[in-house]
Amino acid sequence: MFDWLKNFSDWLIYSVFNMAQGAKLSDALNFFVYDTIKILILLFLITTVMGVVNSYFPVDKIRNYLSRNKLFGLEYLFASTFGAITPFCSCSSVPLFIGFVKGGIPLGVTFAFLITSPLVNEVAIAMFVGMFGVKATLIYVSSGILLGMIGGFILGKLKLEKYLSPWVQGILNNAIKESTLEEKKLTFSERLPTIFKEAYSIIKGVFLYIIVGIGIGAMMHGFIPTGFFEVYISKENPLAVPISVILGIPMYSNAAGVLPIIQVFVQKGIPIGTAIAFMMSVVGLSIPEATMLKKIMTWKLIAIFFGVVTICIIFSGYIFNLIL
Amino acid sequence: MKTIKILGTGCAKCKATEQAIRNAIAKNNIEATVEKVEDIQQIMEYNILSTPAVVVDEVVKIKGKVPSEVEILEALS
Repeated sequence: MFDWLKNFSDWLIYSVFNMAQGAKLSDALNFFVYDTIKILILLFLITTVMGVVNSYFPVDKIRNYLSRNKLFGLEYLFASTFGAITPFCSCSSVPLFIGFVKGGIPLGVTFAFLITSPLVNEVAIAMFVGMFGVKATLIYVSSGILLGMIGGFILGKLKLEKYLSPWVQGILNNAIKESTLEEKKLTFSERLPTIFKEAYSIIKGVFLYIIVGIGIGAMMHGFIPTGFFEVYISKENPLAVPISVILGIPMYSNAAGVLPIIQVFVQKGIPIGTAIAFMMSVVGLSIPEATMLKKIMTWKLIAIFFGVVTICIIFSGYIFNLIL
Repeated sequence: MKTIKILGTGCAKCKATEQAIRNAIAKNNIEATVEKVEDIQQIMEYNILSTPAVVVDEVVKIKGKVPSEVEILEALS
């Protein structure tokens, strides 16, 4: 799909700039040009598609559906998938969380949503397709959703309601099953400007991260020998996964900044499962997220939440390394 | 005189919404007070699921997106 782009960046670097093929700097530059353009194209495509999906996605109806029906476990799947579809904006996660609680949806189901929401988002998907291909992306998305379901299920079983902030507990006790807001039906062409504007603002928001991320990735690509990291983080080292996951928690970046670097890690010999687990902990768990959750949870609940998710991510890292 | 409230915890989109509203009312000479509500507890009293949201005279008119000028004027009419 991107052969033409490879040709273009080869032509640009080796013919127009007349740089020597195979030299470290020109390789790094070639990588940078190729990756940046590819990622921007994919980002535009995927944010637009997700924008269309979102524009038609009936958030209120889903919430009401989840709160009205007994689904025998399927509600975890729905909530987790829902988290994957909604665009991740930390500022929208809290209102949705409260909205779920208000609708009488069990806490575990709500957590399933909260786990998947930052983990799987349009930016991560676009970057993943560009860097690891469609197959790896599908594995990433489905395991993100599965992780949300399992994490949510465990958290649900722990009966954590008493650790919510008091005012949230108040809402919990006065749950109302329905909420209504009549929204005007818009035609597709009426929706399109908003969708494009949204896509543009998402890309604008992550643009700098991408440039810096790919820049660092390109330097590493050009200057670090293949197999360099293998010495430290190999498949045989059983502690590699937990160490990279725990290292990832305090790091705060979005997928746009981390993925280009991870791609190079993988090229230079780090197992992909370890790399994905690392990325999940970087984007899924962070200190800003914890402070945001503080508005609705006690520290104890945040600690339990992070703990359960961390363990789930570590497990999925091991499983990836086994199957990929 | 209308009272416009912008509900949002302070993310980029919420700020963009506030700016869009201020621009729209200034441009169209609409008399209104604009208030930004950032406290999550107060925000949730409006029973919304996604921010930013725009409330006109205590009725939620727009939610989950940064509105265009046309949408703002419609919400205010």
